[in-house]
Amino acid sequence: MSYLKSRFRHPESAKNDLGYTKANYEGALSTLCAGCGHDSISNSIINACFELSLEPHKIAKMSGIGCSSKTPAYFLSNSHGFNSVHGRMPSVTTGANMANRDLVYVGISGDGDTASIGMGQFMHLVRRNINMVYIVMNNGVYGLTKGQDSATADVGSASKKGVPNMYEPMDLCELAISLGSGYVARSFSGDKDQLVPLIKGAIKHNGFALIDCISPCVTFNNNNGSTKSYEWVRDHKEATGTFDLVPHEQEIKVQDPEQLHESVKLHDGSVINLHRQPGSLDIKCRESVLSALEEAKQSGQVLTGLLHLNSDSQNTHEIINTSKRPLNTMDEADLCPGNDLLQAFNQSLR
Amino acid sequence: MRIEAVNDFVIRFANVNGTGSASANNMFSKAVFRMGVPVSPKNIFPSNIQGLPTWFEVRVTEKGHLGSRGDVDFVVAINGQTMRKDYDSLLPGGYFLFDSTKALPRDFKRDDIIEIGIPLTQMCIDNYTNPRQRQLFKNIIYVGALAYLFDMEFEVLTNMVKDQFAKKEKLIPPNIGALELGYNYAKEHYPNACGLKVQRRDNVGDSIIIDGNSAAGLGAVYGGATVVGWYPITPSTSVVEAFEKYAKKFRIEDDTKQNKFAIIQAEDELAAIGMAIGANWNGARAFTATSGPGVSLMSEFLGLAYFAEIPVVLMDIQRSGPSTGMPTRTQQSDVISAAYASHGDTKQVLLIPCDPAECFEMSATAFDLADRLQTPVILLSDLDLGMNDHMSRPLIWDDERKYDRGKVLTAEDLDNMKERWGRYKDVDGDGIGYRTYPGTHPTKGSYFTRGSSHDDYAAYTEDSGVYEDNMQRLVKKWDTAKDLVPKPQIKYRDENSKVAAIFYGTSAQASYEALDGLEAENIKINTCRIKSFPFHPDIKDFIEQHDTIFVIEQNRDAQMRTLLINEFNTGTEKLQSILNIDGMPIRARRIKRKIERMLNGENVNPFTTANSGKEVAA
Repeated sequence: MSYLKSRFRHPESAKNDLGYTKANYEGALSTLCAGCGHDSISNSIINACFELSLEPHKIAKMSGIGCSSKTPAYFLSNSHGFNSVHGRMPSVTTGANMANRDLVYVGISGDGDTASIGMGQFMHLVRRNINMVYIVMNNGVYGLTKGQDSATADVGSASKKGVPNMYEPMDLCELAISLGSGYVARSFSGDKDQLVPLIKGAIKHNGFALIDCISPCVTFNNNNGSTKSYEWVRDHKEATGTFDLVPHEQEIKVQDPEQLHESVKLHDGSVINLHRQPGSLDIKCRESVLSALEEAKQSGQVLTGLLHLNSDSQNTHEIINTSKRPLNTMDEADLCPGNDLLQAFNQSLR
Repeated sequence: MRIEAVNDFVIRFANVNGTGSASANNMFSKAVFRMGVPVSPKNIFPSNIQGLPTWFEVRVTEKGHLGSRGDVDFVVAINGQTMRKDYDSLLPGGYFLFDSTKALPRDFKRDDIIEIGIPLTQMCIDNYTNPRQRQLFKNIIYVGALAYLFDMEFEVLTNMVKDQFAKKEKLIPPNIGALELGYNYAKEHYPNACGLKVQRRDNVGDSIIIDGNSAAGLGAVYGGATVVGWYPITPSTSVVEAFEKYAKKFRIEDDTKQNKFAIIQAEDELAAIGMAIGANWNGARAFTATSGPGVSLMSEFLGLAYFAEIPVVLMDIQRSGPSTGMPTRTQQSDVISAAYASHGDTKQVLLIPCDPAECFEMSATAFDLADRLQTPVILLSDLDLGMNDHMSRPLIWDDERKYDRGKVLTAEDLDNMKERWGRYKDVDGDGIGYRTYPGTHPTKGSYFTRGSSHDDYAAYTEDSGVYEDNMQRLVKKWDTAKDLVPKPQIKYRDENSKVAAIFYGTSAQASYEALDGLEAENIKINTCRIKSFPFHPDIKDFIEQHDTIFVIEQNRDAQMRTLLINEFNTGTEKLQSILNIDGMPIRARRIKRKIERMLNGENVNPFTTANSGKEVAA
């Protein structure tokens, strides 16, 4: 880094329930390009964790390789981070989660890291339902290697190089829904009003939660002809509805009588209140969501917001019946059967 | 002249896989063991579930030579497909037991062997109606016949049947009946036909019989492993299956009935080791098990764990390579790919067991070493050790033993620190920094783990000097490892002898036996059994003390010899290879013959096998 980030904060900055200010959730100065969508997502993560009053050190930041995977250095300095190998963050997070079920796992990946090299691991992560938040900073382009198309680039979309992409794109949300994820959202780095609640809901959700966040690459894919540019996404996004997250059954705020309201109770007692226009999409029904996504695609729209919610899902630990105590806290007394049992075992082998 | 021997012969069962022969053959082997006579069974099986040839070789060895001897004294020929080969491979004076329901083909005309025909199929048709029973009891009938021919204690066999079917009692009488059928037939038709005998001895002491993979899996339970990521691959699969079996037995919480372990079957080997690394990073002990193809796939992750300094245990149960190779045959051919696994400058710690007791001990120790050194530790076993039953000294655990979790800071440690903590700072001069687990302290001890170049504080750097210092610190850590890994086992038969042998893992037993044979002829060869990498300095001294050193191993390219020359920068002239690459365990007789010829000054190739597995001429 060529210069240092200012650590000065207003002395009367707002504090959360833990008495922390946002500064407690910040990270090092970003080295990404000025205007990069990823930095806005980092800020939304900071806001979400601050507003939920999470202990920063009880969060683990996991990532693979690429511009997106560098961002965990730029938020939550008091959290451990793990910048692993390209496309393999899912397996590393799986192992980490098995070792300690009590931390909050925030995985950061990109479209290359997830939809190409990491596609296999991503899909298996979803089907195992590892309890984590998985954010894809999706810009449709390989940034660090200077502008190649990624597997999420739309057919006909052209990056700065000007050559339209010829291949079908991967839709990560459709994949995650079909593989059983109980929390699937799509958002836009430029819309923090939508993104921050989505991240909060994802953290509270028990099991795997995906946020596919379109995050324009200002250097290689923000031109005319790209379907991942700021302008194009602003003009074509359409929200499924809005929602509030109410941690631990706090009082629910006044609801708009023009809208349909539904409360979904989460694993830890928090509630998600869904608000939508009559006749619009019911995100609890995955068949309807899948067809709505296809319809939006046909009409050139990007459907955003919470796309699917199933609060009944069981995470991996519940599926395989792991102890409630984190495995990494167990010692010899818990783990080692001792010599008497070993001698009995020997006897069975004679 | 028929072969006459008491408690010293090799019997080979030629079967078809999927016919239930394995349990009958094991019953025979275990019965010899229970008569107090050491035994060494080897299963030679195809990469297939049903219908292909499989052999089971049992070496009855009063002197306790547990390696493969070479040559066969007695064949039980149940498989028509391989009968010709089985017939031809028998030693002169040997015994050929076959199913005489059908006569032997006319061109089976050896007059130097003893043929023992037993109408197994006909006896089954006469005595059983159910087709599956007819198949299964055929195996039990020949075991009964062997009991008579070898003059074994019949009660030992009937007791084994009672043990085996303790939970399915109604199967006991028909199994004993089948044993009696075979016993009585042989007694009636072949009195005194066989010169091979099994007689009771007291030579097995408190030994046990177990396969290396079960011992390694149990070692991981004792060693405190809680997380396993794995992908099935022969011959490593049974390591994780054993871990699961013993964990279910020993690791369930009394009150909640919940598991104190988590096993995830991964989508591939990359994910398998990724899970193990993630769990270790987060403070749990975790491992994965694989074979050569898996090591290739895992090598990128092994480089991450090496460079980011994350403990992880990998059990590599080697098989014949390259590529898919012979997946159900043994070899020691991952030595170099494991030792230097991953791109860039990397070196990996290896532990090399030679018997099940060492599989157990080294498996548990691997977790201590990985935590202490903050690096991958690879247990290098192989198919022969992993999947075959071996007679072994019993497993022992010291209840006073504490897990060595290495340099890990607690919240209290962090609060008491006066200087700034750096994850990769070498404060003790041993090249090893202090780590923290995620979630330890609200404001101290967090850091960013990365496979990219980093400074003492784990921050990204492209500063050449900082990068270089870090790489040199890893060399210092490697030197620290030399004193922590198991020392070689060095034996002097003659302090003045200038001839020596170096070997490791499953080449050890056959090598010791060959050298015992040479010692009886007054050729005294000193030995060094390598148990680990990095090499202990004693190995270099051992090489320097001798003029001719045979390096005995089971791969084509003399990988351990290459590793020795590369690491010590010496020995090119005096290290002479003796190699076996036919996928079968290396044989003692052939090692001995090869050394004799080499010491005679004959210009012979290093291979103990030649021409597609045909025996090297005597």
